[in-house]
Amino acid sequence: MNRFAALFNAIDQSTKTTVKVAALAAYFRAAPPEDRMWTIALFSGRRPKRVVTTTRLREWAADEAGIPLWLFEESYPIVGDLAETIALVLPPADGSSDKSLSAWIATLRALATVEEDARKAAVLAAWHSLEDTERFVFNKLITGGFRMGVSQKLMTRALAQATEKPEAELAHRLMGNWHPDDTTWEGLIEAEDASADASRPYPFYLAYALEDGPEALGAPSAWRAEWKWDGIRGQVILRDGQHFVWSRGEELMTDRFPELARAADFLPPGTVMDGELLVWQPQADRPDSFNALQKRIGRKTVPKKLLTDAPVVLHAYDLLEWQGSDIRETSFAERRALLEAACADLPGDAPVRLSPQLEFEGWDDLGELRSIARDENAEGVMLKRADSPYRIGRKKGDWWKWKLDPLTIDAVMIYAQAGHGRRANLFTDFTFAVRHGNDLVPFTKAYSGLTDAEFREITKWVRKNTLQRFGPVRQVTPHHVFEIAFEGIQASPRHKSGVALRFPRMSRWRQDKPLDEANTLEDLNDMLRIYG
Amino acid sequence: MSKISALTFTDRGIYCPAGDFYIDPWRPVDRALITHGHADHARWGHGHYLATHAALPVMRHRLGEIDAQGIGYGETVQIGGANVSFHPAGHVPGSAQIRVEVAGEIWVASGDYKVENDGLSEPFEPQRCHHFITESTFGLPVFRWQPQARITTELNAWWARCADAGKTAFLGAYALGKAQRLMRMLDPEIGPILTHGAVEGTNAVLRAQGIDLPETQQVTGEMDVKSIKRALVLAPPSALGSTWARKFGPRESAFASGWMQLRGVRRRRAGDRGFVVSDHADWRGLLDAIGQTGAENIYVTHGYTDIFARYLNENGWQAQVVPTEFEGETLDMDAAS
Ligand SMILES: [Zn+2]
Ligand SMILES: [Zn+2]
Repeated sequence: MNRFAALFNAIDQSTKTTVKVAALAAYFRAAPPEDRMWTIALFSGRRPKRVVTTTRLREWAADEAGIPLWLFEESYPIVGDLAETIALVLPPADGSSDKSLSAWIATLRALATVEEDARKAAVLAAWHSLEDTERFVFNKLITGGFRMGVSQKLMTRALAQATEKPEAELAHRLMGNWHPDDTTWEGLIEAEDASADASRPYPFYLAYALEDGPEALGAPSAWRAEWKWDGIRGQVILRDGQHFVWSRGEELMTDRFPELARAADFLPPGTVMDGELLVWQPQADRPDSFNALQKRIGRKTVPKKLLTDAPVVLHAYDLLEWQGSDIRETSFAERRALLEAACADLPGDAPVRLSPQLEFEGWDDLGELRSIARDENAEGVMLKRADSPYRIGRKKGDWWKWKLDPLTIDAVMIYAQAGHGRRANLFTDFTFAVRHGNDLVPFTKAYSGLTDAEFREITKWVRKNTLQRFGPVRQVTPHHVFEIAFEGIQASPRHKSGVALRFPRMSRWRQDKPLDEANTLEDLNDMLRIYG
Repeated sequence: MSKISALTFTDRGIYCPAGDFYIDPWRPVDRALITHGHADHARWGHGHYLATHAALPVMRHRLGEIDAQGIGYGETVQIGGANVSFHPAGHVPGSAQIRVEVAGEIWVASGDYKVENDGLSEPFEPQRCHHFITESTFGLPVFRWQPQARITTELNAWWARCADAGKTAFLGAYALGKAQRLMRMLDPEIGPILTHGAVEGTNAVLRAQGIDLPETQQVTGEMDVKSIKRALVLAPPSALGSTWARKFGPRESAFASGWMQLRGVRRRRAGDRGFVVSDHADWRGLLDAIGQTGAENIYVTHGYTDIFARYLNENGWQAQVVPTEFEGETLDMDAAS
């Protein structure tokens, strides 16, 4: 695992993209094919099946380190990573190993079928023969989650350098449902027919946020606009009489949205659409809020009642494949025309609908439309350049999301808790309250939005103004007022305040505001009535 | 009636009633005994200071005109009803543990300490005592330092690679102690060592005391830095990202601290590289030092106090957490060691 550990260090020790990509490319040129395959897999979030529970790992590690389990558990949040905590507490190795990455993975996989004693013996033997990064990597193979500052995009670029294949083609090859268990390097990267797998999606094109309004984008006539829906981005594939639904996070969601099976009744095979999955009642003129969709997200199988209560449709806004050919290189205007033609005769109960385009002449018209987006249960408007191809990943220039300003409320900080990992010694997780008579009613937690300097300042203040401790949580003197920004609000009987916020974060530290100018529970209930 | 203990903990710092003095107090007092020159231990505004001869020059350099008296390591003075002596703490040059004996009861306030001999600071000498006040900056089992020789190799390999690539190597370290220790680890064959003014000021004071440091050159406004090839620049961490650093052209930066043991911190703080070099004891170092004192009563300050004290209590010591006001060398200050 030497070579992989060296790669890991090279990437980890640099903040420069070019250095990381060069290290990866060099690795892809030199490593054996099975190791290359696993490296691609690990960097794209695939991992060997877990053969040891993290509970056991923690116990064994504490045991080997000669420390009580509670001490291990106290150390873990400070380090912020389980695999790293284990690697650090264990005594230095007393042997060595020259097994490759894929050989170690094979060793781990073999543990799935043996008794726990044998598993433990194998893990301990590995710990005794590996040190530093190799030991950390080995633990990561068990616990999962190789987040190391290399996006799939950068990995694809490195692969392109190493294999001399176009980046876009590789991005497409890497999408989809493959796993190193049943896929070879040859089959995934080298084989002639890359679309052999009917389920394989196209990489999504992601929009950038438009911060200062659209005037800088030039002539409005070069642009098309549509609502920015507040649902789940999805790609629906109809090929070979089958259908597949992919999330933006490359998760196959076909079984979660069985409604979409009927799409094949109305649209021909060889069709791939990009759009938004929304809960939309048959007779309604706008989608339900995101809260309704939330009920569907967590379910792998959907009970009948939920299917009628919260029916999902795809609001299609782009066409990527038509009659079996990849049309991503044609302009948005052309793709859109094809999509409109394809959707023209869809009956009202079809699970696919055309997402309408917004008519506007000048940017001020569009600004007007954006201001009423909440009435449509949309988050704002999307702008797409009419002559642009469908690109890969997040690229600036052709797609912009012009979101509504978030809702805000001024709240009082009442509890504080330390963060994890790099923020373990800063207080970063706070609970906020609104005023209610002489009381303070907690209504949300938030843990992002401040600068490091602000977190340091508030941390000092928390240390000096702690009223009481409850485990890791400190109750502090109600004093500081923060502006909390959020994207939505809904009724929630589980919460004392009766509301739950969507994506709450601290948008400003209102050091100018005294406590009695913080918002009240009444204000919060007003917002619930208007936006809930 | 229970007798008053030799040392007590007050809102000004550690106090000795029998001798009417404080150790490393954080508010102005009449008589202060100082373990070492770091800013969170040697503060301004006390009436009289007592510190080791080796610590005084840096304290004077930083605090200006002070009424201070020096004492040799191992030398005993009587202050009121207390017998007091200073013993090497191995933390930075001149640093000391302060031993206080009152009517046969022995206390040691160890300030900051480290047990590995770094070749620069007077090596740590354990003192037998009944009551031991210990820091716990790195009091978690995840902190385990590599021998200095190994870090020396890594450090020089990094510098040489930067130099070969035509880049200036920037190394961030605290101006007193850490910077000089690193200087002595560096291989001057690779290239010239340049320093930030804050580091060079301390260098001058230590050289005047006879401490052997390699040749360094302070970076000044007039200096044509781009013409100096293969250089390594030692600077306080705060200077690394500044305009001051930018005039050097292509460069790589690294940070040397015990916190670099943690990947999350390394990625946030280190720029290009992090080297695990600390002036504090690691987990094993703390436990060894405590064991060697033979003390039964341990007072834990400065760091992971709650966790470390709980561990000591479970393993046969009588340990308690001592609240401190100073936050000292924590993760988020440039003083991080
Ligand atoms: Zn110190
Ligand atoms: Zn200190």
